[in-house]
Amino acid sequence: MIIRLNGEPQELCDGITIETLVQQQSKADSPQGIAVAQNGQVVRRAQWACTPVSPNDDIEILQAVAGG
Amino acid sequence: MNNKPIKDPWTVGDLTLHSRVLLGTASYPSTDIMLKALEVSGTEFVTVSLRRVATQGQGSENLYQLLQERKYHLLPNTAGCFTAKEAVITAEMAREALGTNFIKLEVIADEETLLPDPEQLLEAAEVLVKEGFQVLPYTNDDPVTALKLENMGCVAVMPLASPIGTGLGIRNPHNLELITSRACVPIIVDAGLGTASDVALALELGCDAVLLNSAVARSHDPIRMARAIGNAASAGRDARLAGRMAQKFLAESASPLAGRAWR
Repeated sequence: MIIRLNGEPQELCDGITIETLVQQQSKADSPQGIAVAQNGQVVRRAQWACTPVSPNDDIEILQAVAGG
Repeated sequence: MNNKPIKDPWTVGDLTLHSRVLLGTASYPSTDIMLKALEVSGTEFVTVSLRRVATQGQGSENLYQLLQERKYHLLPNTAGCFTAKEAVITAEMAREALGTNFIKLEVIADEETLLPDPEQLLEAAEVLVKEGFQVLPYTNDDPVTALKLENMGCVAVMPLASPIGTGLGIRNPHNLELITSRACVPIIVDAGLGTASDVALALELGCDAVLLNSAVARSHDPIRMARAIGNAASAGRDARLAGRMAQKFLAESASPLAGRAWR
């Protein structure tokens, strides 16, 4: 399936969860300091494992960076 | 004479702090210099931004972990947001990512001035306060907007000294004095401070704290400037507590006039 990930089209395996997607993208098993929005709504960390990614989802994965 | 720094804690929301300096973490020559600058400034509360994860070639360095290990309180910002809607979702993401309900609320009107948009700012502040955030809004040095933000339930108000990144210092000290004289929440001067004397002036005017980034990060020696900023904040606060003498139009000798020779 195709989704929009951080503004870019991305092909993913069917049935993937938010948790697996975050692990893949952050290259960490238990990524810290990261938040996910699915179609404009924050997905709480506790819900990552049970939230599937659906075709055409618009997903943003954000992390803390240096800022003023 | 006791020369030790006075104990002078202050609170913002549910946080008690001892340093009057909040520092940003961006634009330093290196991460090592940034961490050292934070340390020597004495700051306890530091700002970060939220951005998309870098999917390609991301370094092992994780800013969140570096700051957590050093026990800094984190103040995420909504930098780069132009509407209340963008700022609210960014704040919600920051709370989720960093586990804090503090938010430095920035809603900017345009890229050129980076000045706050008061209409959007007030709208976002109202929503975020209702959602349980401890909101620190970055605002113009306008006493009316400052009071509105306080009445709305913001835990502090952060008026600018001058536009972000200009280093032009405090352009309207009278407005800052007006704001501090009427506020019950802490007033933190944010943006435009350029050097140590600007920081001292902010504290002397009665502001509770300062927030800087470029003044330190873009100086020739960020670590030395960070130390200067920390010292200036302490000096300015001490001077404020000591109370400035009454200003006079004409000169008045401190030495006694009586008993002068050859008279």
